[in-house]
Amino acid sequence: MTALIVHAAGPGVTIQDEGRHGYLRYGVTAAGPMDPPALATANRALGNSPGAAAIEVSLGGLELSAVDGPVAVAIAGGAFKVGLDGRDLPAAVAVPLEPDARLTIRPGAAGAWCYVAVAGRIDLAPALGSLATHTRSGIGGLQGRALTAGDIIPIATTRAVNAPAAAIEAPWLDRPGDVIRVVLGPQDDYFAPDQIAAFLVGLWTLSGRSDRMAYQLDGPTIAHAKGFNIVSDGVTLGAIQVPGHGRPIVLMADRQSTGGYPKIAAVIGTDFGKLAQLRPGARFGFAAVSVEEAVKARRVQADFLAKRPVLRPLRRTEFPSEYLLGVNLIDGAVAEVNEL
Amino acid sequence: MTSNFPLPSPRLLDAGEGALVVEFGTVVDPDISDRVLALDIALNQLALAGVRETVPTYRSLMIHYDPLRLERADLIAAVKTIEAAPHARHIPANRWTIPCCYDVQHGEDLGQIAEMTGLSTERAISLHAGATYRVYMFGFAPGFCYLGGLPPELAVSRRATPRPPTPPNVVTIGGGLALVTTVSMPTGWWLIGRTPERIFSPAREPNFLVAVGDALRFEPIDRTTFDSLETRAAAGEIVARRERLA
Repeated sequence: MTALIVHAAGPGVTIQDEGRHGYLRYGVTAAGPMDPPALATANRALGNSPGAAAIEVSLGGLELSAVDGPVAVAIAGGAFKVGLDGRDLPAAVAVPLEPDARLTIRPGAAGAWCYVAVAGRIDLAPALGSLATHTRSGIGGLQGRALTAGDIIPIATTRAVNAPAAAIEAPWLDRPGDVIRVVLGPQDDYFAPDQIAAFLVGLWTLSGRSDRMAYQLDGPTIAHAKGFNIVSDGVTLGAIQVPGHGRPIVLMADRQSTGGYPKIAAVIGTDFGKLAQLRPGARFGFAAVSVEEAVKARRVQADFLAKRPVLRPLRRTEFPSEYLLGVNLIDGAVAEVNEL
Repeated sequence: MTSNFPLPSPRLLDAGEGALVVEFGTVVDPDISDRVLALDIALNQLALAGVRETVPTYRSLMIHYDPLRLERADLIAAVKTIEAAPHARHIPANRWTIPCCYDVQHGEDLGQIAEMTGLSTERAISLHAGATYRVYMFGFAPGFCYLGGLPPELAVSRRATPRPPTPPNVVTIGGGLALVTTVSMPTGWWLIGRTPERIFSPAREPNFLVAVGDALRFEPIDRTTFDSLETRAAAGEIVARRERLA
């Protein structure tokens, strides 16, 4: 059975698909990707549906190989250091993995998450219709937990691996994270106008206490006008709640379905992945936009993601020659080189 | 019975560009819950293209939608049309009888509840088991269901600091509400019993036993009965009883 075997995985590397939707009313966390456009890009590069299950790699990094047959993979997300048998590849790349070739993914110049999509299907049993891993409730992915060394991820319906290694051109993933757009509400009336202003002009620093559930922010202290305990209501992806200590918390992919703190604003859908890609210590500001502007931004992003990204076969200058000699992977790439 | 019971029009609040909050109030209240549930049911019957899912809570309905398929203005118009029609009082679809063992081994905080309320533990148990509750909402973790209808004599604040993780499937009270849990978690609530029933089981159909709006009551069972029902429930059997009401 064709599979991927995990040689090493840092903390927080999980299997994610587009999320476990439809069960929020039962208290079930949707989970899903921290950077949805990056997951979609990796999948699109292989001709998969954009929300297909893939491996989400954290700053902890990942090392894996294909076993019992080749598996083509596509990697997209932050600017990670990607290597195949010790040779460097671009951060966004589609590459066939021959059995026993070792793919390594390490934190690179920027970004906090990237995705390893497969040409085929991660062959695990879905929980409530989804493979998205939610470790806190032990649901989804591989036994409801993060990946660890020795794990075997079965891959079904693998497609023939005859495409060359290629860089994925996805300029929409180059998103400067200095300004994150928000729509104010639903509980912005729990804050006086000067506190809303402080929230919008403040310089925020992403705290090291952040994870898939919540990004905690350090910066100005935001005071409540009407107390900080509210009777629970629904929370959306990217909701920014302000608990009693006055430091905002952005609710991320593993957020709970409901919450009891006032929510001053919500990150717009288009900017959610860009926020997710910030690393602890990164500084940024918020800017308020209207619902109409937020929808317009979504439409632009959706148009990019609807297309298959351009794949540009790697040229000799991008490959050390021993790479081409050592791995007979890439007839197409060799052909490309010969034409130079 | 139909009536527009005396609540003002709901507030419509944006939660980003992909969710709308229809807020009927800011407190836990059966009239507010009636309005939340009525809108939830009507909106789901309408099956508006672009509505992804709805999340009823004590006081509001969150409507998650795809703003590229459904305009905010059209969603608001649909909500207003539903709200303009007369509202029926909520009738629960089901009434569940949930077995609950209040033995001190399972209801380890009962002694403190008795101290705080001045009730005997027997009286506290009979009040808790004598009430009919409504599932107001789920939250916190899969299948954690929050219940209204706790007798006022049992209204105690939540703990100042959370207690260590409880076993799964416990029955707790706090802040004037009752809660049935599913998985082991630390909690700020008071543990008064444990049910062999699983409100959530990923391996069983249905995955979720009860729904928001259902009525629910607890039936005291002894430890021997608990142990035998626990074995059956662990094997996938539903050990609670259901009466269909609507």
